[in-house]
Amino acid sequence: MTVSAGDAGLAIASEGLTKRFRGGQLAVSDLSLEVPRGSVYGFLGPNGSGKTTTIRMLLGLAFPTSGTAELLGVKVPGHANQVLSRVGSLVEGPAFYPFLSGWDNLARYDAADASASPKTAKARIGEALERVGLSNAARKRFRNYSLGMKQRLAIAAGLLQPRDLIILDEPTNGLDPQGTREVRSLIRHIAADGITVFVSSHLLAEVEQVSSHVGVMRGGKLVFQGSLPDLRRTGTARISVRTADEEAASAVFARLGLADSATVPGTASAALGDAEPEKVCAELVHAGVGVRGLSVETPSLEDLFVGLTGEGFDVER
Amino acid sequence: MSSADVAGTTAAPAEAAGAGEEQRSVRSYGRFLRSELRLVFRRRRNQLLLLVVALFPLLIGIALKIASPHGGRGGGGPNNGAAFFAQLAGNGVFLTFIALTMLLILVLPVVVAIVSGDSVAGEAGYGTLRYLLAVPAGRTRLLSVKYLAIVCFAVAATFIVAIVALVTGLVLFPAGPVTLLSGDTVPLASGLLRVLYVTLYISFAMAAVGAIGLAISTFTEHGIGAIAAVMILIVASEVTDQVPQFASAGPYLPTHWWTMFAALLRSPVDTTTLWHGLASFAAYTVIFVLIAWARFTTTDVTS
Repeated sequence: MTVSAGDAGLAIASEGLTKRFRGGQLAVSDLSLEVPRGSVYGFLGPNGSGKTTTIRMLLGLAFPTSGTAELLGVKVPGHANQVLSRVGSLVEGPAFYPFLSGWDNLARYDAADASASPKTAKARIGEALERVGLSNAARKRFRNYSLGMKQRLAIAAGLLQPRDLIILDEPTNGLDPQGTREVRSLIRHIAADGITVFVSSHLLAEVEQVSSHVGVMRGGKLVFQGSLPDLRRTGTARISVRTADEEAASAVFARLGLADSATVPGTASAALGDAEPEKVCAELVHAGVGVRGLSVETPSLEDLFVGLTGEGFDVER
Repeated sequence: MSSADVAGTTAAPAEAAGAGEEQRSVRSYGRFLRSELRLVFRRRRNQLLLLVVALFPLLIGIALKIASPHGGRGGGGPNNGAAFFAQLAGNGVFLTFIALTMLLILVLPVVVAIVSGDSVAGEAGYGTLRYLLAVPAGRTRLLSVKYLAIVCFAVAATFIVAIVALVTGLVLFPAGPVTLLSGDTVPLASGLLRVLYVTLYISFAMAAVGAIGLAISTFTEHGIGAIAAVMILIVASEVTDQVPQFASAGPYLPTHWWTMFAALLRSPVDTTTLWHGLASFAAYTVIFVLIAWARFTTTDVTS
């Protein structure tokens, strides 16, 4: 899990990243992120699990209490200004000057960028607006934008310059299903250009379709990190048999070495492990258990996610 | 439109390192500063503030014209205002000094407090601060641009008062050689030069107020709170300066040297007083810009 400065394979790398607020609350604890270049990394966790604080540290907005972080191989927050022009970001919702038009708002952020060429500003702003479908609203004041338009303008700001990494914090927050779909398709397009996308969400379903990798946060700690297939593999399939004789079925499971055996009236179940279901079935029949039905259930990603993060509602800290 | 295309059209031609790099960073700083100036000067609220400071000298001039006594050139009294009023009937140039003296009490500092107090706190309130820093604008770079824009606004407000007052004064009252507070008479051109010096002196004073506002602005996300804090500070300083028991602290107060520009209206000019004033403004500017910098470059942006 160690990360060296020269690790070219990672777009984001952190080691022991920790943030303790002044009140003493531990917001992020010993976080070691590994976001491969070219991946779409879903950064998941319930609200308040430390996602935004992590993103703030990555962008040099907040200073870590301890630990180190690197963006594209450059240490942050120490050398953040050297690398951030290659990183587009959306942090905690869109923020613009309400009294300026969409175009003027983008021009403002572009003017603040020391690496942006003023000669191409017009073309770049126009292209960014077109890419998010806001060309027709370019001259409208930001305060008159709808929520979805605001969100898209924020993504446009992230696309003003050619980027190597895009960090999106809850990009679909407050959007209708239509807007959510649009954002998802934008993420796909960005990723198709070879740009690494780091997208946070409290809903697995929002990023499941677009991400190649996920990191799951709970109470400031990273409780899982890996590819989606990796996450699926952490789930254990269960075999369950419908029968009048649950005890006999359980005995067969035990004999076959299946763990986690459980019975409810009419059904016996156990973790399948490496056993083959057809073989288990044959053994059951062989042992004289009246099998009325047999099924193998793999937990959905949602189930795994909830298992990792808890049921929600109860604030953990 | 893929980002590869964007990259193709935006890739700047390879520039020579060193001098070219430096030139580019100067040019990009200029662009950022122009953007900040546009933001400050095109903002409706700030334009309204400048309009208000422009109206004051006009109204003061008209009011004094209506209530005008019949001439009478008196010598300088102990009080700036009274002495200026006495002079005005004889020379319109004095409307500049009257207007500046009156607006210095509250209006000009308030206008500078609004723009400076809102400078960083306002961005934090909108949430644009986090995006500017993520751009990255650079914390020190952003702060310096903010302060330069505040200074430009403070100087503009001061000069607007002076210019409107001068024009109004010359239209409503006679013009001619200027009789100074010390009783000497100097030619009109020399009098106008003194108007310019006075305006510059007050501009420096307002730039120092801007530095105080900038520093306070880095401590909060609420522009209104920062503005109020600056105003309370100014009024507290002015009141303290009037209390005889605190006379020894007077020279160290931020407002103490503001009205000392009257030294420019005597012959010979008391340059010691002026330099003391300018030194006080410079000290306040440096101290509070440093406080702003120390705070802004080390704190988490949580807005």
